Amino acid sequence: MDTLLNPPGFLAKKRARLLGIDCSLPILCLLVAIAMLAIALVLPLYSLLSKSLEDRHGQFVGLANFRAYVADPSLMHSITNSLWVASLTTLIVVSLALMTAFALTRSRMPGRGLLKVLVMGPIFAPSLLPAISMVYLFGNQGVLKDLLMGHSIYGPIGIVVSMSFWCFPHAVMILCTALENSDARLYESARALRTSPLRAFMTVTLPSIKYGLISAAFVVFTLAITDFGAPKVIGGQYNVLATDIYKQVIGLQNFQMGSVVSVILLLPAVLAFAVDRWVQRRQVALLTARAEPLRVKPHRARDWSLLLLCTPVAVVILGVLGMAVYASLVTFWPYNLDLSFNNYRFDLMDGGGWGAYFNSLQMAGWTAVIGTLVIFANAYLVEKVPGLGPLRTLVHLMAMVPLAVPGMVLGLSYIFFFNEPGNPLNGIYGTLAILVLCTIAHYYTVCHLTLVTALKQIDGEFEAVSASLKVPFYVTCWRVTLPVCLPALLEVALYLFVNALNTVSAVVFLYSSQTALASVAVLNMDDAGDIAPAAAMGVVLMLTCIGVKGLHWGLSRLLLGRSQCWRQARA
Amino acid sequence: MSESYLSIRRLHQVFGDFVALRDISLDIREGEFVCFLGPSGCGKTTLLRAVAGLQLQTGGDIFQAGQRISWLPPEQRDFGIVFQSYALFPNLNVADNIAYGLRNRRTGRSEVRARVAELLELIGLPDAGKKYPSQLSGGQQQRVALARAIATRPGLLLLDEPLSALDARVRVHLRHEIKELQRRLGVTTIMVTHDQEEALAMADRIVVMNHGCIEQVGTPQQIYAEPASAFVASFVGTMNFLPAIRIGEGRVRIGERTLNCRTLSPHGNGEVRVAIRPEDVRTRYNGDASNLISARVRGLEFLGAFVRSELEIDGVDEPLVADFSANDVRDLGIEAGNVLNLDLPAQRLHLFEH
Ligand SMILES: Nc1ncnc2c1ncn2[C@@H]1O[C@H](COP(=O)(O)OP(=O)(O)OP(=O)(O)O)[C@@H](O)[C@H]1O
Ligand SMILES: [Mg+2]
Repeated sequence: MDTLLNPPGFLAKKRARLLGIDCSLPILCLLVAIAMLAIALVLPLYSLLSKSLEDRHGQFVGLANFRAYVADPSLMHSITNSLWVASLTTLIVVSLALMTAFALTRSRMPGRGLLKVLVMGPIFAPSLLPAISMVYLFGNQGVLKDLLMGHSIYGPIGIVVSMSFWCFPHAVMILCTALENSDARLYESARALRTSPLRAFMTVTLPSIKYGLISAAFVVFTLAITDFGAPKVIGGQYNVLATDIYKQVIGLQNFQMGSVVSVILLLPAVLAFAVDRWVQRRQVALLTARAEPLRVKPHRARDWSLLLLCTPVAVVILGVLGMAVYASLVTFWPYNLDLSFNNYRFDLMDGGGWGAYFNSLQMAGWTAVIGTLVIFANAYLVEKVPGLGPLRTLVHLMAMVPLAVPGMVLGLSYIFFFNEPGNPLNGIYGTLAILVLCTIAHYYTVCHLTLVTALKQIDGEFEAVSASLKVPFYVTCWRVTLPVCLPALLEVALYLFVNALNTVSAVVFLYSSQTALASVAVLNMDDAGDIAPAAAMGVVLMLTCIGVKGLHWGLSRLLLGRSQCWRQARA
Repeated sequence: MSESYLSIRRLHQVFGDFVALRDISLDIREGEFVCFLGPSGCGKTTLLRAVAGLQLQTGGDIFQAGQRISWLPPEQRDFGIVFQSYALFPNLNVADNIAYGLRNRRTGRSEVRARVAELLELIGLPDAGKKYPSQLSGGQQQRVALARAIATRPGLLLLDEPLSALDARVRVHLRHEIKELQRRLGVTTIMVTHDQEEALAMADRIVVMNHGCIEQVGTPQQIYAEPASAFVASFVGTMNFLPAIRIGEGRVRIGERTLNCRTLSPHGNGEVRVAIRPEDVRTRYNGDASNLISARVRGLEFLGAFVRSELEIDGVDEPLVADFSANDVRDLGIEAGNVLNLDLPAQRLHLFEH
């Protein structure tokens, strides 16, 4: 038996095969991928965690910082504040999103196309913009101030409303997907059994989108509890965890306490992440069954009542974004309502001026290009290169981490890791490179999952076929895999670009005077009281994103029309 | 080993503590069409992938054309492969798919074009070059995959369940085409299948596998008529198994009757299983009355060309299934409830250990 399993020379041969040219390239690539993810993610987080256990002089002090945190009632109060605000936001967003998604996917409501476009609006602006808009609508000199009946917009009300606005598109997208994937045959059976529409909704629709609902709830909760823009602009004296980190680090230079708050902010995010992963796995199993696509027939009463319900949603979205645009054009609110482009003369204000905008464009461009290529390479290694089991699992696990790490936490951990004098990568501190690195790491997971899904849909035997035809795997990757994945690649590039342009939370700790960013400029101008220019910069970012989305749309059509004609080929 | 083109020696494959292939040795001659046949999960694909080098075996050796290829990566072996899913590149048209392996070999453009045209002609799709795979039917895609695999004139063609994704009619049609093509090209071919009919119709030799072991290697006729084990007997075709007692050289007792059987059977006395195929049970006998047995007809099932009957032998619990021609049924007036005298020819009785 022994000689059977290990014939003479077997081990040597096997090792030679494993280390031969054909195998060493992928292994090398995987090791590089692991090293990159370690540097961009794992090591910084590790230094953050260790910082929370040290005093100002770097001495290990155990849980002393956490005890100090618990002893401070104003800090502790932020925990309940954060939970309250995030829960309320989740409730509001998910119920409104469910209604909207239902109208978009399950009705023939007039104006569906327009609503679909409108709903995505908030995604194209930084989360600061709706908050600024709230100030103009409901602030001390706001046009609709009386609607609040004496309550102040500065505080939980403002945070919840602005945050709901900003999280809304994410929930709608998830729920639309869930609703689109339902099986028509279930509804036909329900109708055959003369089930009332309400009962059909409760017994068929709700159960089938259960996982979508849970997933949407957790995604919104995570976004809300980790968001920094809205509470910063409109939170007033109402402290939440995300603003506490900022205050401790930027205001008080208390890095230890900043890291303690970060660790606390990690907990709900990690929990939400774990639940979401669990749900996703369940949902995949649910969808593998072959289902009949649903064809919605017109139904007057339903379609018109949904229109009645959805009109306010559309009006609010238009109103909030429109208010921001209007405010940015008003010469001097509220005394001189003449329209002008005065607020767009950013070079006259602090915050970096138009230079910051071009920095942002550059940063977002690099993030989109480098990020898409690197994430694709890693996803390809994980999904398509045979063997190397444990290494691939490791890369995959590391790729999932960013989803659970709030931007503030990531940014702070970058300070600790890259600003360490002993770190050989210290040189990138304060450059555009660290902003790009941090942003790619921050938004890594969704891109990774998108590309892995795209790669999974490709026949698993392509690599084997090319090996038998003696074509190296990278040729097949170039000639077949990449072209087939092109739509997903463009999707990922757009996602990275839009997020890089709008992100505040991570980069707010990392920019330098040479690398000021537009999104951070919005924050700083607002902080300095230049609210109108802040709104103007936010509008510029939003218009840029909409422009890029248009470009993406055109490019996709062009490419699909030309090199991808095989997709429509099916007769 | 001199005359065999591909030899597998004591091949072993373990996944964790699951043994997928157990000590497999096999010789395949040049130009031969061999089928790996067996139930799902018996290790057919694993064996094929080991031959291709797509999966490293745990132990054992593989020789191809006299060269030891055991540890060579797939790029350095000489084979073409067709998968169940076809694995055609969706973004390349049919011509580019077929030319995929040619382009890499520094073949001239015109040469490539000529070869592609020749192959398209060969698979009967001369005008399909500009089409994309999604514009072809399943059977056409399968033929393109085949053309791509043989384009580089490999010494060995590997087919992993190439027909199982097709509907029954196309399958039968393509079966003949593949076999014909293989004969014309003379390429040594291994095909994996779990469809016994396919294996019987196409193979020069069949390798029947079960639980990671080879149960029998033989021509279709041998596999069918002389199954080496009870597993082969039951897996290929239909087979009756009747409990019996062996009472000496060439004699068994079934129920109350003692019958002659062939002598190449297990030694010793005691409980055995006698096996006979439904079509080997005869209603008319000529001369030799020694293997007659009487049975009552329990039921008849009309299956078109023949009638399948379920019979009951006194003292035996298991029913005996026998096929009679429609003429027999009419001429002899066979119907449910009748008692028949049946001949179980000694030459057709197989004995297996209990
Ligand atoms: N990479 C692997 N890791 C672990 N187990 C494996 C692996 N590949 C195959 N097996 C196991 O080895 C056994 C044989 O698999 P194989 O694919 O060869 O079966 P098969 O005979 O081709 O079956 P089928 O007709 O279903 O294709 C199965 O039980 C399978 O689960
Ligand atoms: Mg198989």
